[in-house]
Amino acid sequence: MKIGVFICHCGSNIAGTVDVAKVAEMAKSLPEVAFASDTMYACSEPGQEGIINAIKEKGLDGAVVASCTPRMHGPTFMRTVARAGLNPYMFEMANIREHVSWIGKDKEANTAKALDLVRMAVAKLARNKPLFAKSFAINKRVLVLGGGVAGIQAALDCADGGLEVVLVEKTTTIGGKMAKLDKTFPTVDCSCCILGPKMVDVAQHPNITLYASAEVDEINGYVGNFQVKVRKKPTYVDWKLCTGCGACLEKCPSKKSPDLFNEFVGTTTAINIPFPQAIPKKASIDAGSCIKFKTGKCGVCAKVCPVKAINYEMEPEIVTEEVGAVIAATGYDLMDWTVYEQYGGGRYKDVITSLQYERLLSASGPTGGHIKRPSDGKEPKTVVFIQCVGSRDKSVGRPYCSGFCCMYTAKQAILTKDHIPDSESYVFYMDIRAPGKMYDEFTRRAMEEYGAKYVRGRVSMVYPSGGRYVVRGVDTLAGTQVEVEADLVVLAVGAEGAAGAAHLAEKLRISYDSYGFYMESHPKLKPVETNTAGVYVAGCVQGPKDIPTSVAQGSAAAAKVLALFSKDQLQSDPQVSSVDLKRCVGCMKCAMTCPFGAIKEQEVRGEIKAQVIETMCQGCGLCTATCPQGAIQLQHFTDNQILAEINTLLESELEETQG
Amino acid sequence: MSKELRIIGFLCNWCSYGGADTAGVGRFTQPTDLRIVRLPCSGRIDPLFVLKTLTGGADGVLVSGCHPRDCHYSEGNFYARRRLEMVKRFLPVIGIDPGRFEYTWVSASEGQRWQTVVRGFTEQVHALGPIQRFGKDAAAMAAQLAASHA
Amino acid sequence: MTTLRYAYYPGCSGLGTSKEYDMSTRAVCEALGMELIDIPDWNCCGSSPAHTVDDRLAGALSARNLVQAGDIEGVDAIITPCPSCLANLKTSRHRLQKPEFRAEVNKLLERPVHGDILPVKSVLQVIVEDVGMEELRYRVRNPLKDMSIAPYYGCIMNRPPKIMEFDSQENPMALDNILEALGATVAPFNLKVECCGASFGVARRDIVERLSGKLLNLAAENKAQAMVTACPLCQMNLDARQNQINVANSTNHVMPIFYFTQLIGLALGFSQSQMGLEKLVVSPRELLAGAAG
Repeated sequence: MKIGVFICHCGSNIAGTVDVAKVAEMAKSLPEVAFASDTMYACSEPGQEGIINAIKEKGLDGAVVASCTPRMHGPTFMRTVARAGLNPYMFEMANIREHVSWIGKDKEANTAKALDLVRMAVAKLARNKPLFAKSFAINKRVLVLGGGVAGIQAALDCADGGLEVVLVEKTTTIGGKMAKLDKTFPTVDCSCCILGPKMVDVAQHPNITLYASAEVDEINGYVGNFQVKVRKKPTYVDWKLCTGCGACLEKCPSKKSPDLFNEFVGTTTAINIPFPQAIPKKASIDAGSCIKFKTGKCGVCAKVCPVKAINYEMEPEIVTEEVGAVIAATGYDLMDWTVYEQYGGGRYKDVITSLQYERLLSASGPTGGHIKRPSDGKEPKTVVFIQCVGSRDKSVGRPYCSGFCCMYTAKQAILTKDHIPDSESYVFYMDIRAPGKMYDEFTRRAMEEYGAKYVRGRVSMVYPSGGRYVVRGVDTLAGTQVEVEADLVVLAVGAEGAAGAAHLAEKLRISYDSYGFYMESHPKLKPVETNTAGVYVAGCVQGPKDIPTSVAQGSAAAAKVLALFSKDQLQSDPQVSSVDLKRCVGCMKCAMTCPFGAIKEQEVRGEIKAQVIETMCQGCGLCTATCPQGAIQLQHFTDNQILAEINTLLESELEETQG
Repeated sequence: MSKELRIIGFLCNWCSYGGADTAGVGRFTQPTDLRIVRLPCSGRIDPLFVLKTLTGGADGVLVSGCHPRDCHYSEGNFYARRRLEMVKRFLPVIGIDPGRFEYTWVSASEGQRWQTVVRGFTEQVHALGPIQRFGKDAAAMAAQLAASHA
Repeated sequence: MTTLRYAYYPGCSGLGTSKEYDMSTRAVCEALGMELIDIPDWNCCGSSPAHTVDDRLAGALSARNLVQAGDIEGVDAIITPCPSCLANLKTSRHRLQKPEFRAEVNKLLERPVHGDILPVKSVLQVIVEDVGMEELRYRVRNPLKDMSIAPYYGCIMNRPPKIMEFDSQENPMALDNILEALGATVAPFNLKVECCGASFGVARRDIVERLSGKLLNLAAENKAQAMVTACPLCQMNLDARQNQINVANSTNHVMPIFYFTQLIGLALGFSQSQMGLEKLVVSPRELLAGAAG
């Protein structure tokens, strides 16, 4: 094999602390190396041309570039090698910048280390084999999980782009958190008025199939060919018949059901439609509080329903859908703030979450848009907003900023003044985080025009006294303790991944963090991709974000799916495992460890053997380390290649000590 | 520090190799003893790689992957954790100080943590000194034997 | 029932201002089947002055007691009624786990600290955890019927949580549960872990008058007939200074301030004098007469 080695100066980034010319010179003596040189910037156009020319002129079979990390320019140089007519996998990189020149100051030691890394790369490349991507057909339907604003946007964009969309929503209506909001910042638009039309579009779009009150049971398959089992939870109302007339709601005698949509402020009927603009606008029964389900006697709704849609016997139904891509947009939930015992831990009725306050502000909410205290229905005159409850607080294991709380708190302070002109609002904050268009101006308006009193400091304690609540905190700017007597305390509770997010992520085979947020493929450059091909994320499922960002991500994820589906066939990454049938004893341990279900049994002349489904294999190599026979080898990272790297290093050491 | 020793690192591509890159970008200075082998996942590491490296004359082996639950391949590091813990306990059985081998978790964003890990492990290996080289000693012995027979 | 044995650290207050706390603690513990063995030749834990001046000194003062306790056979823990002593002993024990600190402290000690140190707990904690509410409820002879009592824990009983390792530091429930077991009504009281002003009573009485005044006001507002505490200093500020507080804040509280051990004792059937109730400044006689009748 004839290998070419190209040592990059990277200006002075590498050449400053590594003797690149010496490394190139010494590389020439390595076995199989037919050519070595140093180059100013290997990734630049002349740099790449130099590599191509050398390959062509010297008839090289492969190239090693010693420069920066392969995570940065690996793909760049693979294309370079391909342009020179070689298989792109006949290429290796030695990372002599991030792992050498930038972290060590001793030029001699760095040079020796750089040469070692080149030596390893050469040893590995000598055992590389050309790999070829395979093509496979795809199903151009997309599954969108979650009917909040991000999911709605993604579904509509995909549907408008001509794709068939399956939208699965856990609750009985789409709309998500945005539908619960009274107004949006910084424009103080009516949230439901701007979201409503989009929700209707979803309902009416010929390309969208909506499953509300449904969850994903199982996902199998791989990019282009997923099989999804959707579990339709029983609503006890036949939605094909239900017209959403609401007659059942009026007559339902069980009026003390927990009101999920209104964040448990007040109660609702056991059979209900969550809110006037709900999509689908269909009734459903909460079996947990329905008298018929609890005692067997009642059946009022069945009697009054003009279309006989009530069915108390309804069972869950499983529907199987075939799709080629998945967009996860399952959003967020508020963290369990009751860990804050100092704020009453949930024992005080008038200490509520900001989302509950939204429902108090909303005209479609339980109080008809009149702000009333949950305890006694009185109009509060002093409202205290406490920010960062469960955000930026290591003591409750929530070190991150939830991002949108500063803004909605300012909005709520403004709306409080609008609703109750003689009211006073106090906002306890840590820092105002308002980095968006017209955002900082908006918080200033809350302070300057609406007179909200902003106190910079944490609240140490809230306790009831004389029918009101004493809120004690610190004013860090004045350096004093502050006590405010409040009628209502609103907590800006931090966001975390939606309930069940971790479980869903495992079904999707994507990573999530300890707060239930899904991991994007790259924090800067691949914000809506995940590390599982064909699975995308949009909105708060990835981390807290405001509405415009969620919408943008919904569109971005849709664009990614549309781009993916712009081809009729996909190419699989050839860095996958492959089975040496002669060595395989059919123990199938590899299949048991494979996280992707990418290994199946096959019968070869009456014997069981493992077979890799190349389109499903993600190339982790877990099976290779598991196989007792060494029969299944991850291409490009075979045992022999890795051992060659190790041996090269150990040999060089032996030579030194013996020499 | 004394003369450079031979330390070999096995790093997963997605987290720890990225973390080592981040350390480089942040110019978090580290000792130069370590040579890194890039692997797709810590789950790709065959325990024999570690043993072969140590018996072959390396003075230390460092393995690093994604934090448990953060695996790019969702569960590879769980397998790695079991295998590597087993390796660590096995080392004394074959006469190798378990201090020559460590496994840890470093994410792609934890450049500073990577620096701490490398510094700490390098120091630990230097405290143990160069490993007794089976290969070299055996070769010397064989040479001696050959000479005495001659 | 097996006897529970503890090394007992009474603390300086127990010999002086809170003699009745010590008395009632000993009597109640005995009645609950707990054997207390005084730490031989114990010394002051250092209280507030030591650790504000020199952490090694504070460590050494507590460490000596911990070492002395090691002489007692057959005990698994050191217990003390006083939260301040508890905080000092526990903090020292915690810091003595670090070899460097231990070496520094050992330079000051005639008998150095070696090996493991017995865990330190409050009397409240062992009554809750080792005796248990069920047992307590079972032993109650005179339930504290018709008495509404506000549970006041004081600021350091559960803080810092990582060292104290007992109950919630924001909303502790130990005293609430004991009151409930004794048959008393637990008055709503949300300033459970507030500061009473502590030793500022000496230097800045106005601070105690303000902070303790707030506690009395809230207890009275919530219709508490008495308060119960587990801390000698809290008890002193609320009880002995109640008149000063009333004068300073123009209030007229007559709020008896019990130690929780006194209430347990009364419920178990001890007499008022066995519980040292005559040592309380604000007399509970009227309240107890009313409750009995």
